Formats: sequence, structure tokens, C-alpha cells
Amino acid sequence: MSSALTMTARSLRLATRSPDALLTALLLPVMLMVVFVYLFGGAVRIGTSYVSYVVPGVLLLCAVIGAASTAVTVCQDMTGGIIDRFRSMNVPGTAILAGHVAASLLRNIASTLLVIAVAFGIGFRPHATPARFAAALVVLLLFVVAVSWLAAAFGLLVSSAEAAGGAMFLFMFFSYASSAFVPVRTLPWWLRGFAAHQPATPVTETIRGLLLREPVGAHLGIALAWCAGLLAVSVAVSVFAFRRRTA
Amino acid sequence: MSEELAIHASGLVKSYGDVRVLDSLDLRVPRGSVFALLGPNGAGKTTTVRILATLSRPDAGQAWVAGFDVVRDRPRVRRRISLTGQFAALDEGQTGEENLRMMGALARLPRTAARRRAAELLEQFDLTAAGRRRVSTYSGGMRRRLDLAASLVARPEVIFLDEPSTGLDLPSRQTMWHVIEGLAASGVTVFLTTQYLEEADRLADQIAVLDGGRLVAQGTAAELKRRVGTRRLDLACVSAQAWAEVAGRCGDRAVHLDEASLTVGVPTDGSAAQVRALLDEADPGRRLIASFVVREATLDDVFLTLTGTAKETTRV
Repeated sequence: MSSALTMTARSLRLATRSPDALLTALLLPVMLMVVFVYLFGGAVRIGTSYVSYVVPGVLLLCAVIGAASTAVTVCQDMTGGIIDRFRSMNVPGTAILAGHVAASLLRNIASTLLVIAVAFGIGFRPHATPARFAAALVVLLLFVVAVSWLAAAFGLLVSSAEAAGGAMFLFMFFSYASSAFVPVRTLPWWLRGFAAHQPATPVTETIRGLLLREPVGAHLGIALAWCAGLLAVSVAVSVFAFRRRTA
Repeated sequence: MSEELAIHASGLVKSYGDVRVLDSLDLRVPRGSVFALLGPNGAGKTTTVRILATLSRPDAGQAWVAGFDVVRDRPRVRRRISLTGQFAALDEGQTGEENLRMMGALARLPRTAARRRAAELLEQFDLTAAGRRRVSTYSGGMRRRLDLAASLVARPEVIFLDEPSTGLDLPSRQTMWHVIEGLAASGVTVFLTTQYLEEADRLADQIAVLDGGRLVAQGTAAELKRRVGTRRLDLACVSAQAWAEVAGRCGDRAVHLDEASLTVGVPTDGSAAQVRALLDEADPGRRLIASFVVREATLDDVFLTLTGTAKETTRV
């Protein structure tokens, strides 16, 4: 446990030491939100204010961008000399990976708060009670943890940091092909089935429902099931891949 | 196994795919000594270190380090060793001091003890002034010293150094040697690998020469030099036919065979008596050899002499 804390502090410190990556992680979601609200927003007719509709989607996008960088940091560790030092010091692989995931969670909390603050500035007015607001954050952060572990598994399975960077594009595709930015019914028919049945949609719908004080219905249960499933599979794959790479 | 041995390996075998990297390796390293594993690239040095440092499992054979089995007692072995590999195991984005304190925390030192140990090591390795700078600003020599310092945070009993001076310029290499000599004097066991005979000669009590996954010789530097000869007698032959005949007479002793220049090289101590005897033996009829040169032996000669086969090689 204490090694995991040390590894978390390390990952956070390293994140602050590469300002370009940190800026990307913080500014990219904010810029995308501005782009969606002001550039595309005028063309989207969904019956409610688009900024309120899209902010939950931007929060999801922000989460996957932040979590995806875990793939790169994990891959860099595995391909550098430091992994041998950690192993020869008896640091468990799970502590190393958990440190990366915990740091990702903390980074994401910062970027989520930033996105929410900017969202308020450009007219986002959720009508949620504090309890619903908190519940939305919990679901979002659970999703961040699951996707961070998925990214860690990705980083362990690829052999270079460049390839690990591909995780972000893969994850972003899932965010776009969902109800994050436009309702699923407006998508081409062949994409609707996929969009409705992949994790980004129920997670977005849950957060949106909680924040906008609308009924979340079955989305909450499906979102939690996706997060739990992703988490379980990703942790298992990570542990397996770590063992295989360090055999 | 004996309590007197810091490292004891018996019959280690390791293959990667079809390539047998280690072939029944036996090692015995007394406590408190400096042991050098000398060999060319691809000899199996790094594989040996990785097995002994518990990072890799042998396919067959057993090894004990600091009294514990490297496979069954991994955690116990790991608490007593450190490994400094060929690639710096440091975070470029952290300062030297932060790297050392992180290692201290991972070694379960309390916060203040970790801070004190970091300061101590920075001082010992002449890095105090650079301690608050990020490692990304360090020179190659500083990086290597910090890397070694990081491996010492938890005061290991057995220190593995995989090619500690490869890639360093001469002054940095000499600083590194001072550091290793200092470690040896403090009583820990040092196991190092090197491609440089000079390095093994200067630092090690015992040298083992590894080639193709097998030990081809073991002993003190003086013993090895006696076996190898410190110089080489190059015999230049009069024709290709004469060259083949001389090479045949020298047999296994030939450490250098070059058909293009019609030369055959054999180890010698350079004395007149031995050179005369070698000439007579290689060319009893006194018509095959045109001229000869006595030159300093290179590391190639050492390996070739010890492996007993004069193969064409481009080793450096």
C-alpha cells in the first residue's frame, strides 16, 4: 500500500514536470467544449439548450483524454530501465500500476473541475441537487478509474510510447460515436446500434440525467455494470500482461 | 551451500527461443569480494545478472544470492541486493534528490531517514551541487553515478553492476572505478560485468570469462594473464600454402588467422627464448615464415585464446 502511495506521488510529480502534456490534458477538453458550444452548437437542434446537453459529454471526453495518457506513462516505465530497479526492490507490479491509475484519477479531478468552471462561465446551468451533483461526479470518476486501468493494460500490451499514444484516439472515437455530443437517434442508422450499446452512452446519459435533473432510468445500472466490467477485465489483463512482460 | 558464498550458481541454463544464452553456468563468489564477469557482447552476461538479481527465471539450474534461492525466495533475495543495469533506472523529470528519496520510500525508510540517506549519497557521489536539478540536465557520468547511488539507498549486501562503465568517457570511467573501489572497501559483495579486460583487471578479485553462454576461464587477473600471454606474436607467411601449414602447426593456440595478409597470431610473453621456440615449432624447415611482429594482446586475443578457437571475428 505504501509503495502504491509513493508511486502515485511519483506519477503526479512527473505529470507536473511535463507541462506540455499537462496543458494538453487541461486545455484540450475546454477548447473542445468551446468548439462544440459555439461552432457546432448553433446547428444542433435538440429541444433544450445545447450547452447543457453537451457539458456531460465534454466531461466524458475529458475523462477519456486524461485517462488515456496512462497508457503512455505505463509504456514509458515498461520500456525504460526503471522497471527493473522497481522490481529488484520488490515493488509489486500492482503497486506500480495502481500508482499510475491513482495519479490519473487525481489529474482528472483537476481537469473535470476546470471544465465545470468554464462550463458555468459559458452558460451551463444544471438544476441538480448537491446529492445528484455528487452522484454524477462519482459515476464519472468510477469511469475514469475503469478507463485508466484499460489504458494501463493498453500501455502494457504495446511496445512503444508512440503506439501507446494511440489509446487516446481509440478512446476518443468511442466518445464521439455515442450520445455525448448529439442524440443517438440523429446518427446514421448503422452506427446507432453500436452507439447505444457501448459504455460511453450510458455513462454520459447517467451523468446528464443526474446533472439536469432528468430521470436516469436504466442508464445508471448499465453504466455501473460497464464500469465494473471494464475495471475487472482491465485489471486482470494488466496483471497478466505485466507478468508476461517481466517473466 | 556455504555461508561464505555471496553468490552460488549451479548449472544455470537459459534459452530465448532457439538460442541457448546460458549453457550450464556455475559460479561461486565469496562474500565481500569483487567478481567480474568478462565477455563480449552476446556472451550471456546480462542474462546471468538478470537471473541472479531475480528478474528472470533460469530454465534449469539453481542459484543462491545472499543465502537465498533466487527463484523460490525472490522477496528475501531482493531485500539484500541491488541492480544497476546498462540503462539508467531514473526518472528524468525528477531531481537527483527526489529520485533518491523515492527509492528510500520504496525501501520503506521513514521520511526523515530517506532524506538523510539521500543527502549522504549525494555527498558520497559528488552530486550534492546537482541534487536539486532534474536528471534530464545531467551528463552521462553524473547519471551513472546517481543511478548507482539510487541502488545503494537500502544498503544492499550484494551489488550487481551490469557494464557500469560502458559508454562513459575516460574521466567518468575513472570516477566510476573509484566509486566501485570504495564500495568494495566497505565490505559489500560486488558482481560486475564488463567487456573491458582493463576494468576487470583493476577492480576484481576474481574474473570469470564468459563466451557463448559458457565459462571458458576463471581466476585472478594475474592467473588469466599468465594463461593468455600479454602479447601476441604475428607470423607473416610467404604464401597461402605456407600460411595454411603454419596455421595447422599452431592449431588451437592461434588467436588470429588472417588469410588476406597471410598472418597467424599466437600468444607469447615476448621473451626471446619463447619467440625463438615458437618460430621453430611453427616453421621447423625455416622457409614458411617471412617476418614476425610482437604486439600487445587485445581483448580479442584473450577471448580467442580462452575459447581455444581462432574464429574470424569483428568484436570490439
